[in-house]
Amino acid sequence: MWSTRACESSAKSGRDSEMTPLERVRDSADRLLDSDVYYSFRSSRVTVVAAAITAVLFLAALFAPWITPQNPFDPGSLNLLDAFTPPVWADGGSWKFILGTDDQGRDLYSAILYGSRVSLFVGFASVTFAMILGVGLGLLAGYMGGAVDSIIMRVADVQISFPAILIALLINGVLRGILPREQFNDVAVFVLVLSIGLASWVQFARTVRGSTMVEKNKEYVQAARVIGRHPVSIMVRHVLPNVMGPVLVIGTIGLAVAILTEATLSFLGVGVPSTQPSLGTLINIGQNFLFSGEWWIVIFPGATLALLVLAVNLLGDWLRDALNPKLR
Amino acid sequence: MRFKTLAVALAVTLVLGVSAQAKELRFAFQGDANSMDPYNLNETFTLGFLGNIYEALTRRTADLTIEPALATSWEVIEPTRWRFHLRRGVKFHDGRDFTADDVLFSFERVKSETSDLKTRVKTVKEVIKIDDYTVDFITTVPDPILIAEWDTWYIMSKGWAEENGAVTPQSATGDDENFATRNANGTGPFRLVSREADVRTVAEVNPDWWDNANKEHNLTKITFTPIGSDPTRVAALLSGQVDMAYPVPVQDMKRVDSNAETSVLVGPELRTIFIGMDQFRDELLYSDVKGKNPFKDVRVRKALYQAIDIEAIKEKVMRGLSTPSAMMIGAGVHGFDPAIERFPFDPEASKALLAEAGYPNGFRVGLDCPNDRYVNDEAICQAVVSMMAKVGVTLDLNAQTKGLFFGKVLRPSLDYSMYLLGWTPGSFDSHNVIYGLHGCPDDSGKGQFNLGGYCNVEVDALADKILSETDVKVRDGMITEAWAKTIAEVSYLPLHQQALAWGVRSNVSVKQRADNQFAWRHVVIQ
Repeated sequence: MWSTRACESSAKSGRDSEMTPLERVRDSADRLLDSDVYYSFRSSRVTVVAAAITAVLFLAALFAPWITPQNPFDPGSLNLLDAFTPPVWADGGSWKFILGTDDQGRDLYSAILYGSRVSLFVGFASVTFAMILGVGLGLLAGYMGGAVDSIIMRVADVQISFPAILIALLINGVLRGILPREQFNDVAVFVLVLSIGLASWVQFARTVRGSTMVEKNKEYVQAARVIGRHPVSIMVRHVLPNVMGPVLVIGTIGLAVAILTEATLSFLGVGVPSTQPSLGTLINIGQNFLFSGEWWIVIFPGATLALLVLAVNLLGDWLRDALNPKLR
Repeated sequence: MRFKTLAVALAVTLVLGVSAQAKELRFAFQGDANSMDPYNLNETFTLGFLGNIYEALTRRTADLTIEPALATSWEVIEPTRWRFHLRRGVKFHDGRDFTADDVLFSFERVKSETSDLKTRVKTVKEVIKIDDYTVDFITTVPDPILIAEWDTWYIMSKGWAEENGAVTPQSATGDDENFATRNANGTGPFRLVSREADVRTVAEVNPDWWDNANKEHNLTKITFTPIGSDPTRVAALLSGQVDMAYPVPVQDMKRVDSNAETSVLVGPELRTIFIGMDQFRDELLYSDVKGKNPFKDVRVRKALYQAIDIEAIKEKVMRGLSTPSAMMIGAGVHGFDPAIERFPFDPEASKALLAEAGYPNGFRVGLDCPNDRYVNDEAICQAVVSMMAKVGVTLDLNAQTKGLFFGKVLRPSLDYSMYLLGWTPGSFDSHNVIYGLHGCPDDSGKGQFNLGGYCNVEVDALADKILSETDVKVRDGMITEAWAKTIAEVSYLPLHQQALAWGVRSNVSVKQRADNQFAWRHVVIQ
C-alpha cells in the first residue's frame, strides 16, 4: 500500500509544479480531510479531546512569555515574601497568583507554562535526536545485513537490556563529570536531550530494521538497485518513506516517554538547574511540602505533567491504530 | 493443669522477652557521615556520629560540660605543660589495650598534612610519654582553652592503624581512602558492625566499655540510615520505620508534633549559617569580572550584605525558626554581643555601593551550596540568588550533596567564588572563630576554615593574645575589638542561627545537645 502511494505521488509531481502554492496547500488539505486517517480521527472523541489538550498545552508553552505575569526563570522577578501564597480560591489567595506560589515566591501558573516549555523542548529534541539516530542505524542494519547488522543490533540488544532511565542517568552523570561545572547550567538542557536521546534510539532502530528487511526484497528496491542507484540513495529515497509509518507511532509515544524521563531526571535533581525549573523540578520542589499542607506546589505541576503525557499517549495510541491496516 | 502449664510458659516468655529483648535504635539524618576516619572532616555530624564509637581524652555531657573520658584527670604543671593521667584497663574494640602510645600516635596523626582536625592541637609543640598511663602536652604559648575541643579529637589505636595501613588520615577531598575510611576501632560504648556509605551503617553495643557500670542507655543495636529527601525522612518517622530522625524540616514540624506517636524537640543551635567570598585570588574562578577580584573591595562585600533580606528568609524559608545574626557566632558562644546589629537590608544602598565600587550593572559570580547539610540550605541559596538579582548581581547557583560540596569548597581545593557554610565553634568560645575563620591562613592550622582568605594582621595579633590571656576582662575586651574589626570589614555575610529540630517517637527518650551532636549513650527505648 505504501509503495503504491509513493508511486502515485511521484506521478503527480508533474502536476504539482503547475499549481500555485495556495492551491497546493488547499489540495493537500482536501486530500487530508478526505483520507481515512482523518476519518478515524474524527470518529474517535477521545482522540479529539486528547489532540485539543495537547494543542492547548503546546500553544500555552510556546506563548508563555506573553500570557504569564512573571518570568520565573529570572530570579530578580521573584519576591520571597510572596512565597507559599495559596491558589486564588483558597484563604489568603490572590488574583496575582492564580495557582498560588512555591517556596521561592514563583507564580505557579507562570512556572508551569515555562516548565512545560523546558519539558516539551527536551521531549521533542530528544525524540528527534533518537529518531535520526535510530532510523539511520536501523536502515543501515536492515539494508546492509551481515556484519554491520550484527554489530548494530547487538549493541542495541545490550542497551535494551538496561532500563532507559538508567542509561540516561549514566550518560548524564558522565557528561556532568566531563563538562566544566561553571558552564554546566547553560548546557544542562542539551545534556538532557543527549542522554534521553541516546537512551531511546533502540526502539526506532529495531522497528526500522525489521521493516527495511521486508522492503529491501520488494521489486521496486530491486529495480532501483538494477538501474544502479547508490545504496544510500536507495535507503533514503525508496526504503525510508515506506518504513516511516511505524516510526511516527513510536515517535509520538516516545515523546510522552521522553517528557516523563526528563521529569524523572529533574525530579532526581540531575536535570535542569533548580533556578530554571521544568515540570519535574517543580514536582521535586513541591514534594518537600506534601506534609505541611502546601499541596498546590506539587499538585498543579503534577497534574499538568499527567495531562500532557496522557494526551500525547492517547494520540500515539490512536495513530498506531489508524496507520495499522490490520486493525481497521 | 493445662492452664498452669500455659501460665508458666507465658511467664517464662515474658521474663525472657524482657531481659533478652533487643533494643534497636533506628535513626535517620539528612546526609551520611563523610567517613569513618575521625580526622577526615571537621564536621559536626561526622564527628558526632564517630563520638559514639571512638572516644577522646575528654567528653561532653548532654549539657556540654567537659568531663573526663579516656583521661581520668589532668593538671597544668606549668603554664605550657599539661599532664594527663590516662584511664587504665580500657580496651579498643579489637581487644588492644589503650596506652600512652595511642595518644602519641593520635597526636602525630591528627597534625599530619591530610588531617582536617589540625586545629585541635595547634598550640601543642610536643607530647611526652611519662609512663604508659601519663602523658605531658607541651604548648608553644600558655593556652587556657587547650582542651576545649578535645572532646572531638578521638584517640585511635596505634597498633590497629599500623597493622592496617591507616597511619595517614584520609583527606577532606576524599580521594585517598584507607582502612579507617570504612572501618573503625575505638574505645567507645558502641562498635561498628557494618558500613555501607550512603546506605546504612550498623553499630552494636560494646559489652566491654569501661563505663558500662554507669551507662544510661539500654540499646543493643543502632542502625543509621541517611535519608536525604525531607518528606521521605518525615514519612519514615511518622510511619515508625525509624525511631528518631533529624533535622525535621521546619515546614513539617506541626505535622510531626500533632501526631500522637511522634514529637519534635526544638532547641536553639549554636551554628551560624553564613556566606563566604573568595577574597584572596586576584581573579575569581567563577565570574565574568576578569583581571580583578570584586570581593577584595569592602564596598562590594557590604553591598551584597545589604542586598540580603534576612527577615524574609526567616519568615518564609525558616518559618520563623531562625535567629538572624549580625555576628559569626550565636548567643551561647563566649563573646557574643546582642547589642551588635546587622547592616540594614537596603537594596538602594547596595546598588549605590556597587556603583561606587565600579560595578553599576553588577556582575556575575558562582555560588556553591550544600543541599543536604543545613536546614533548608538550598532554599536559602535560591532566595539569596533572587535577592542579589534585584541589585544586579547574577549568581550561578551550584547546589549539591555535602560530600561533593565540602570536597570542592574546603581546603585544599578552594574551588569556589562564593559559598554557604555553617559553623559551630567546638570550644564555644570566640577564639575558635576568630582564629579558624578569620586568621590569615598558614600551614599551622590558623585560618584553616578561613576559605575566603580574609586577612587582617591586627585581628591575627588579637587572636594570639586572646589565646593566652588569662584575665577574663582583658580577654573579653580583646574579643570585642576583634569582632568590631571583622564586622566593619565584612569578612563574611552572616545569615542566622538555625533551630535544632529532632523528631522522636514517643517510646524513645533522647538528650538534645545544643551543638546538634547525637550521643546514643543517652538514649533509652521503652
